Amino acid sequence: MTPYLLCSLIFAIGVYAIIAKKNLIKIVIGLLLLEYAVNLLLVLVGYKSGGKPPIIVPQNPSTANFVDPLPQALVLTSIVIGLGITALMVALCIRLYEKYKTFDISKIKRLKG
Amino acid sequence: MNAHDILPLFVGIPLGAGFLLPVIALLWKKLVDILAVLAVLALVVMALCVIGAPSCIYKMGNWPPPFGVNLVLDPMSAMMVLIISGVSFAVTLYSVSYMTKFTSKPYYYSLLMLMIAGMNGVVLTGDLFNMYVFMEVGAIASYGLVAFGTEHEELEASFKYLVLGSLGSGFIIFGIALVYSNTGTLNMADMARIISAGGLNRLITFASALFLMGFGLKAAMVPFHAWLPDAHPSAPAPISAMLSGLLIKALGVYAIIRLFYHVFGLTPGSEYSYILMGLGLLSMVVGVILAVGQWDFKRLLAYHSISQMGYVMLGIGLGTPLGLLGGLFHLLNHSAFKSLLFLCAGSVEQSTGSRQLRELGGLCHRMPVTSATCSVASLSISGVPPFNGFWSKLIIIVAAVQAAFTTVPGTVQAGYIVIAAVTVLVSFLTLVSFVKVQKYSLFGALPDRLSGVREVSTVMCIAMIMLAVACIGLGVLSPFVLNGLVAPARDALMDGQSYIRLVLGG
Repeated sequence: MTPYLLCSLIFAIGVYAIIAKKNLIKIVIGLLLLEYAVNLLLVLVGYKSGGKPPIIVPQNPSTANFVDPLPQALVLTSIVIGLGITALMVALCIRLYEKYKTFDISKIKRLKG
Repeated sequence: MNAHDILPLFVGIPLGAGFLLPVIALLWKKLVDILAVLAVLALVVMALCVIGAPSCIYKMGNWPPPFGVNLVLDPMSAMMVLIISGVSFAVTLYSVSYMTKFTSKPYYYSLLMLMIAGMNGVVLTGDLFNMYVFMEVGAIASYGLVAFGTEHEELEASFKYLVLGSLGSGFIIFGIALVYSNTGTLNMADMARIISAGGLNRLITFASALFLMGFGLKAAMVPFHAWLPDAHPSAPAPISAMLSGLLIKALGVYAIIRLFYHVFGLTPGSEYSYILMGLGLLSMVVGVILAVGQWDFKRLLAYHSISQMGYVMLGIGLGTPLGLLGGLFHLLNHSAFKSLLFLCAGSVEQSTGSRQLRELGGLCHRMPVTSATCSVASLSISGVPPFNGFWSKLIIIVAAVQAAFTTVPGTVQAGYIVIAAVTVLVSFLTLVSFVKVQKYSLFGALPDRLSGVREVSTVMCIAMIMLAVACIGLGVLSPFVLNGLVAPARDALMDGQSYIRLVLGG
């Protein structure tokens, strides 16, 4: 149970950073924390204590006590998606800095109403 | 050629076109426009082929479900695919002329095609994680498209949209992990089978709340709507039309419908039903109240998108056959008239250089096609008979009243009556708001500054006329549309068991 709670804690810290922080880079870090928390949770879902790798070998064809391999595939996909989002987000931060000369979101507010 | 064979092409054609177009542009620039339109035209033809075709599934790599990822075509998906390809076709045609003022048009088409591929994937897939992946494909393309102008406002809007969109995705994948840990499957039909046999437990309920937050963010339901009024007006006009007309529906509302009807088993009077109705009602009221005070043409339209999606959500939340029918029909109608309105706003902006309603006026003399189509769309969204918006709103109101009469007298019954009354009131406020648009932009005296204004190019006019014809056609021929397109989709959603049988066999 503890790993799950700690995982949720990282998720919550990420959400907090996105909501409360004023600096663009800190918001990016918050989103990264959120993604890592989710990746960690996916790995935890597939974990089995004392499990063995899910590879069937001719000497021992039993599938008993295998860990679940699917979440690992999901995590790989999710990491790649996270990479794409992070790259786009950082690129946007650079362009925003060029335009506004600041990373402070309370000064970047031309849109309202 | 049967429906089963062409199913992967709905994702494959736009995905391939998305990556090939920038390469082709290096060799021959002129060809890109034609190829982009042809690619979307192919999607429209395919979508027309699968309408009315029997439901089928396509097994990727021939892995039998629930082990492999599969594409599922049922009447609901067929309807969504038709909406997506129809609006995309008009938008692509419009972009051919509108986007010439931007540099790097091939990259624009590339992102547009990726967005279409993502949306088609979301509505066709039968696998929850695959749905997440396609959703991100469409969403990342849309973040890039919102920032396409790379000016102050566009970048700010895009960053806000990206952060909130990714937050929504984070909630969704958290929910997917929880559901997977509980049911041990990612296939939605298999998940539905396990949940309908074992019932909802606390973890699944918690996951459904996460899904509601995540997809609610994507669908811009109040209170998750903060990004939409910035992101939709900042994008180039055809992209605003795509975002408001399609993206919030395919990524947000469709996913909510599919999950809550098929996987979590929404029934009238359940908690899910009340929550969805509450979200819908809140979006309707808050969206329209914020819209009435707006003077920026596109921002006003963006707030109306929130309000109109509230209608859809209310219809879905009612959970009765009639309510769901109204919700789905309104989803179809909204994609026609709201994308048309955004295209009209784009034409007005291109010709006059302004989208502030106070600076416009008298455009009906100078821009006859834009004015005529804008009037059609305004009448549709305000719910004036015989245009399409009237029928779908009428069905939702009748469904709310019907729900009131079929429940026992008491607070619940009074609640349904209040819902019906609020729905009528919101429709009235929408009318007020669009009378304002008509009065300030189209009628009245032409300001001196605008005396040289001319109608936009023929291609853009054709795109707008196509959508206007769709608005009138969906209204006048509504009985046929309801019977042929919307009712089968509704029946497919109400019958969760047949979906499970379709995917898992037996």
